[in-house]
Amino acid sequence: MNHDYQKDIAGCGLTGLINKKKKPIDGSHIKKSLSLMNDRGNGLGAGYAAYGVYPEMADCYAFHVMYDFDSSRMEAEELLKANYEIEKIEAMPTKPVKEIVISPLLIRYFLKPKKDKITGDQSEEDFVVKTVMQVNSEIEGAYIFSSGKNMGAFKGVGNPAEIADFFCLEEYEGYIWTGHTRFPTNTPGWWGGAHPFTLLDWSIVHNGEISSYGINKRYLEMFGYKLTLLTDTEVVAYLFDLLVRKHGLDIGMACKVLASPFWKDIDKMDAEDKEIYTALRQTYGSALLNGPFSLLFGHSKGLVGINDRIKLRPLVAATKDDFVYMASEESAIREICPDPERIWTPRAGEPVIVDLEE
Amino acid sequence: MFKSQALPEFLASIDTNKCIRCKRCIQNCGWSVYSWGGDRVQIDTQKCVRCLRCYHYCPVEAIEIKENDTRYRANANWSFYNIRNLKRQAETGGIPLTGMGCDLPYPILFDNLLLDACQVTNPSIDPLREPMELRTFLGKKPAKLTIKKDANGKPKLKTKLTPQIELAAPFIFSPMSFGSISLNAQKILAMTAKERGILMNTGEGGLHEDLYPYRTNVMVQVASGRFGVNPQYLNAGVAVEIKIGQGAKPGIGGHLPGEKIPLEVAKTRMIPTGTDALSPAPQHDIYSIEDLRQLIYALKEATEYKKPISVKIATVHNVAAIASGIVRAGADIVYLDGFRGGTGAAPAIIRDHMGIPIEHALAAVDDRLREEGIRNEASIVAAGGIRSAGDAAKAIALGADAVAIGTAALITMGCTVCGKCYTGNCSWGITTQRPELTARLDPEVYGERLSNLIRAWEHELMEILGALGVNAVESLRGSRERLRGIGLDSQMLDILGVKPAGR
Repeated sequence: MNHDYQKDIAGCGLTGLINKKKKPIDGSHIKKSLSLMNDRGNGLGAGYAAYGVYPEMADCYAFHVMYDFDSSRMEAEELLKANYEIEKIEAMPTKPVKEIVISPLLIRYFLKPKKDKITGDQSEEDFVVKTVMQVNSEIEGAYIFSSGKNMGAFKGVGNPAEIADFFCLEEYEGYIWTGHTRFPTNTPGWWGGAHPFTLLDWSIVHNGEISSYGINKRYLEMFGYKLTLLTDTEVVAYLFDLLVRKHGLDIGMACKVLASPFWKDIDKMDAEDKEIYTALRQTYGSALLNGPFSLLFGHSKGLVGINDRIKLRPLVAATKDDFVYMASEESAIREICPDPERIWTPRAGEPVIVDLEE
Repeated sequence: MFKSQALPEFLASIDTNKCIRCKRCIQNCGWSVYSWGGDRVQIDTQKCVRCLRCYHYCPVEAIEIKENDTRYRANANWSFYNIRNLKRQAETGGIPLTGMGCDLPYPILFDNLLLDACQVTNPSIDPLREPMELRTFLGKKPAKLTIKKDANGKPKLKTKLTPQIELAAPFIFSPMSFGSISLNAQKILAMTAKERGILMNTGEGGLHEDLYPYRTNVMVQVASGRFGVNPQYLNAGVAVEIKIGQGAKPGIGGHLPGEKIPLEVAKTRMIPTGTDALSPAPQHDIYSIEDLRQLIYALKEATEYKKPISVKIATVHNVAAIASGIVRAGADIVYLDGFRGGTGAAPAIIRDHMGIPIEHALAAVDDRLREEGIRNEASIVAAGGIRSAGDAAKAIALGADAVAIGTAALITMGCTVCGKCYTGNCSWGITTQRPELTARLDPEVYGERLSNLIRAWEHELMEILGALGVNAVESLRGSRERLRGIGLDSQMLDILGVKPAGR
């Protein structure tokens, strides 16, 4: 087991919005909201996740890949072509931004796994996860930073407005958006290190430093996850994947693992709940995210916001018509929704779970 | 008169100007160092073990116990103790015995590990103002839970957990049998365990009827001698432990001499008074891993699957593979006893030269169980040289669910780690069955001191967690990211799975 790694530390600002009726809105709103919090980042990383952006390709996995070298691309494409039917390969649309001097090669693939390559009791999702892990950990200079259906991540080194402009976000329309600006304290910007982190259609933007990272990482490794990015956020993404997709917990329960109730509160519960929450802590103690965080977790059916269990990072939520907004600061919400119907500060450890209407 | 060539280790002396001839020293010394010479106290310093009982009970500070300055000629190769032991062996032809853990200067890796703390990017947490959780559960955990919602949308737990032992803090007491220690010493452990919500362990000497009121905080042990084992005993506590080995004496059994077997010990052990209580080196029904499995399940049957089964082993070279086998054999708890662990009696040659330290063993076992995907199948208890809450925190960060303490607990009862437990003369009334000595150990008084120690460690562990910026002990468990090594080579760091300081 590799223990001699350098962990990535960053402070941040985050924002997100969802339209419960799936009304598409373009990327200018999230850019505007996030740009208000420029002081929460230092220009060394920003990114966005958007859901509903590839309706015409909704049954294909959309891989967004960064390449540092041509050879990385050749190696990765060889692997992808062997295992997937590739419907479309294209350079990701970008436009020149003065401040962004250098960027990796950004390629987008729409693809479906070859059925005969999926062996044993592996699910299609397992197969895709395995590919992502393999490319990211084994092919030098190749990094799949988005791998879901009808969603995409857009991220890089720059401030929020620069990254949004670079990726032409105003030309995309989606019904869930999240955004993140980053303040790394120890690493020079690496494009892959910006948020969001994604796996399949999960995406995470996260503010905080997870003080339990060491055990969270080792716990995930026991289940075969390879943690290559050495960031807290990667841990969050994989924990959601493990708890929800692999173990079948609903998102609310998964949140109670990540920010578990205190024993003093569990002790006051009725017998049945007490048994459940005790078992959750006994079984998933190593998955508890301890230390300061607020995070937004996007997925194909909704958006979740959650704080650590003593609320050491800010998170504000608001509603207006069919929209729900969540952000690090109230001002970031009011910037794009000046007149919310309700605006509140979620309590420590209590998730805000918003589902899309069927 | 025969005069041993083995030099006395200590010189006991009494300042006759200060001495008021109260004779308390004569009364208190369990080794008969002092005797009355008509007008003054006479001293046989060869018998002195420097337990300092006399010093503490001298009302006028007249007693001094010094290192013997008279040494053999200094020699970097032939130390004082090398020469002295050779002379003792030459005079007796025997195997020198010893008590407590190894006292040789092997590296103590806990002293080469440092814990992290929060600054700026993550806040520390004040345990006096915020909840700080130490609650720990020992026992097998499922790999995953199945929770389904019923028709009313209320979640229902579908996974049935096997029995768990709840500890208020991740500390337990090491097994120390009635026989090796006095009943009063066991009572102190039991009373404290109950007060602090932790566990004491009977050791292999059975459970005296006076300890039944504390059964909710008792783990009973089954060792190779099977002393005191019957169905009532197995079901008396909250867990059953199979003792395979002990860190201080891996690979060998035990021998409690008949002199330490008065009626109460005999009754509890279910053996005749005054007979030697021999624990064979191996368990004679366990010659391999499949036999262990059968014993684990025999005990589970006997306790109707209501109690977790622990297996205690000494940490030997191949400990990771052995522990993996133990977990696969069905154990719910693996108790790892490092080579610095204490003992009531062991041949010095075994204690000082066999086994490996708990730090290495713990790291290797935790790694192996994770690599094999079975870390959840059993809890790990680490023992053998835990001296402070700092050691405990480091052991937890290396991967222990809880730590066990023996020597540290005895020190609160007066023990000064003189290492003469095997003589049965303990002046503090701890490792003796002599009634005039055991009567000195007041369970009420020393129970409070031991409770104080555990409470102090709880506070210290909370302070450590708070400084680490976490508020539950499970966030430190196995979190080696929060440890750094100093003065360790890269291979050692690799074994421990920690980074060097500065990285």
